[in-house]
Amino acid sequence: MSMTRQVWTLVLKDLSLEKRSREMLSSMFIFALLVVLVFSFSFDLRVEVMSGVAPGVLWVAIAFAGMLGLARSFVLERDQGCLDGLLLCPVDRSLLYLGKLVSNLLFISLTELVVVPLCFALFNLTFHWLLLPIVLLGTIGFSAVGTIVSAMTVHARAREVMLPILLFPLVLPALIAAVKLTGGVLDGQPWREIQNWMQLLVGFDVIFLVVSYLAFEYVIEE
Amino acid sequence: MERWTRTHQNLLWAVSAVTIGIALFLVFLVAPREATMGDIQRVFYFHVPAAWVGYLALFVSFVASLLYLRRRESRWDRLAFSSAEIGLVFITQGIITGSFWAKATWGVWWTWEPRLTTSAVLWTIYASYLTLRRAMEEQGRRERVAAVYSILGFVAVPINFMAIRWWRTVHPLVFEGGGSNLTPAMLRVLIFCIVAFTLFYLAVLSLRLGIAWAEEQVEQLRYE
Repeated sequence: MSMTRQVWTLVLKDLSLEKRSREMLSSMFIFALLVVLVFSFSFDLRVEVMSGVAPGVLWVAIAFAGMLGLARSFVLERDQGCLDGLLLCPVDRSLLYLGKLVSNLLFISLTELVVVPLCFALFNLTFHWLLLPIVLLGTIGFSAVGTIVSAMTVHARAREVMLPILLFPLVLPALIAAVKLTGGVLDGQPWREIQNWMQLLVGFDVIFLVVSYLAFEYVIEE
Repeated sequence: MERWTRTHQNLLWAVSAVTIGIALFLVFLVAPREATMGDIQRVFYFHVPAAWVGYLALFVSFVASLLYLRRRESRWDRLAFSSAEIGLVFITQGIITGSFWAKATWGVWWTWEPRLTTSAVLWTIYASYLTLRRAMEEQGRRERVAAVYSILGFVAVPINFMAIRWWRTVHPLVFEGGGSNLTPAMLRVLIFCIVAFTLFYLAVLSLRLGIAWAEEQVEQLRYE
């Protein structure tokens, strides 16, 4: 099997699992909606221009909901020795990382399909096509770090607590860049003024994809 | 490092105690009084060395983590977490002394300025690193996973610095702070303080490594 086929098989496994249990996506959807609503209510009490806080709210909602998905990502493999089964698969260990990364990316993107339009409606924003690559790149950076950190916490005590503690300090640069870019595009700033942030976001994605890909086998090793 | 003998350690502590004593003398009695900021500026002689030692210790932890993943020798792991622990204490000291100074000169305890924010993020990364170590029991896995996290964390530091630097455009006071308006007498005191703090770091590190080594021995004896 070629490398892409192997990764795709791993992704299909996660997708069919989700199709049958439907527990991850539904909780991510609901949680993301709740985050946006709670922010919308609490800011509405004090903030004059709601569109000013929209990029921050959007990314916090994505990060929180994404974290919920990541928390399940490897933990569900622990049940009934699935993780051992995966490790016994005749594939390169790093491909396990890519497989998980792609499925996490898919789950978070599906959640975004609901959250982003909701944010636009609640905060009264106008859509711009540039937001698509921005959201995608931000999500890639978040998932690249999130997937490896999720694998790290599988064997930790109190892992539900450990995941956010370990994840958020690392993804901070990606979140800052994504919020800056989203805000810049929504405010109609010229591309020249925000392209620095795009470079930073792409740099973050590339660096963490490579480092996580290389380091993954140390994390998963038995 | 078990090869650090008692004599070495005692010698290191003695030298470090003497230099810290001299440093205190220099800071409070020899260094000139700063013209505009007054005596509060003397916190600078503790602030800069503490931050320097903090960054140095966390860098040592990062390198030791890399070496651990390569060599799989437990002494590198001991060095990694001992140094991270001490580095965290020094970074904390740097942040606290820095915020006193900031209150006195800028009128605020904290501002989201690049260097401050980078230090704060670095602090959270290594605090998480130490929490992670406590949350894992299985030997071998704990060391490996912690090493990977330390590496990921240190890789994030420069990116963080850039991100925050663009986010808040450079705050001139801090960036020239020290460097430009420092008289030679002040600079000499500062360099001495940095040396004294670095020696102190080494002394504490040798002690902490000894404890880590003893802990490991106890753990091994228990499982035999």
